[in-house]
Amino acid sequence: MAATATASAFASPILTRPIRTSGEALPAIGLGSWITFNVGDDIAARESCTAVMRAFFAAGGRMIDSSPMYGSSQEVIGYGIKKAGNAQRLFSTTKIWISGGSNGPAQIEESRRLWGVPKFDLLQVHNLLSWEEHLPTLFAMKSQGTLRYVGITTSHGRRHDELERIMRSQPIDFIQVTYNVASREVESRILPLAAERKIAVIINRPFEGGDLIAATQGRPLPAFAAELGAKSWAQLMLKFIVSHPAVTCPIPATTRIDHAQENLAAAHMPLPDRAMRARIVAAVGA
Amino acid sequence: MSEWWTYSLRDFLLFSPRTYYRLFELYNEAIWPAHVAAVALGLASLFLIRRGDGRAIAAIFAALWLWIAVAFHLERYATINWAATCFAAAFALQGALLLWTGVGRAALPIRLDFVGRAGFALFLFALVVQPAIGALLRNWRQVELFGLAPDPTALATLGALVMAERIHWHLLVVPLLWCVISGLTLIAMEASDAFVALALAALALLLAAWKTVAATRDAR
Repeated sequence: MAATATASAFASPILTRPIRTSGEALPAIGLGSWITFNVGDDIAARESCTAVMRAFFAAGGRMIDSSPMYGSSQEVIGYGIKKAGNAQRLFSTTKIWISGGSNGPAQIEESRRLWGVPKFDLLQVHNLLSWEEHLPTLFAMKSQGTLRYVGITTSHGRRHDELERIMRSQPIDFIQVTYNVASREVESRILPLAAERKIAVIINRPFEGGDLIAATQGRPLPAFAAELGAKSWAQLMLKFIVSHPAVTCPIPATTRIDHAQENLAAAHMPLPDRAMRARIVAAVGA
Repeated sequence: MSEWWTYSLRDFLLFSPRTYYRLFELYNEAIWPAHVAAVALGLASLFLIRRGDGRAIAAIFAALWLWIAVAFHLERYATINWAATCFAAAFALQGALLLWTGVGRAALPIRLDFVGRAGFALFLFALVVQPAIGALLRNWRQVELFGLAPDPTALATLGALVMAERIHWHLLVVPLLWCVISGLTLIAMEASDAFVALALAALALLLAAWKTVAATRDAR
């Protein structure tokens, strides 16, 4: 099942997408850490997470996403950055998740300490929590050069009206939303608006929290998957997401090296066109 | 979290089942040979129940709740669940309440009437059967023992409290709430023994209500 992907194993280079406010290119697949990296003090599990990170970087990945909400995930990422040995191109992405603007700076500093990075590439307001108070802090950090990009997140298709208002009124660089073959609400308003406002888009829950993988388990891949170079349902679903022109990168989470490689392998040409995307949705049956 | 009621139970789960049960494995490794002391305290509790010594039982249970607050919730569970600091505070509160009510006021004399005997059965279940279920379903290294792990300790406490001559409802709150929280966590993880703590907590609640109603009726 696993594609033994390394950065050099493909005829085509890993696909990248520009961050529209700067033009910086990001690989079209990132790495999430919800649940999978929350392993606490378990050294064996931390080593497994490090191995996943090492494989992710080796296959050309850059963005790792986390949050203070994810238990020990940030600490485990920090452990992995130190030990992986190939994290030089890391694009560090985390969130601010605390009520009250005055509490934000202390939480950001604690996150930075856990990651062990000099500064974050991207900080996002998690689930719009106290966004009115946190965004000024993040914009100030960006203007001072202690942060590169500012974003805001939501998930499960919730609070899109409020998200849309923020996208229209605030100079944010990124949004993070849920999008997959089964949850496509963002196609109608959020993704077109992101393209219009030049906002980069991170996609969470690319497999609907694992439900889509479970639903397709054991089912044969459709014949057209070969035309896309997809060797698994996961790759087919990731190619569906990556092929949307407004999407910057999905951030699938995994505890397995082979799955990390398989996910990264989906960020190579060819990608599905509009007709093929419809066939993927139909094939998954979402 | 706004609109929290629209999320599924699984959306609140911060960790994988593998991480959760590894937590018990690492905890058991770290605290060995505390298991010997826990088993000894369990057996001592049986002896004390036979003697009707509610004060000594309350002292033992108070110590165990305080131990779990620190050694399990603060030291272990908090590494994967930020809510565990709240659980630690609740367990410490329960320990303090047991000391105040059961030791300070000596208000928990044992009475093995029908409800009391049912409570004793619940206590025995938490002491022997519940840890065995977990060990058989998973791995004996991940066993959750009375006195060391929260679930069997909460159930054993509920059993002991319905054995008391009078139901002290303020002592039931934390164990019942814990059984609900733990049960929902296990349901979210799709654990096959998820309903054990929930069902037995409901039974303890029924027994406590029955005893309270009977006592009120007798007092008239």
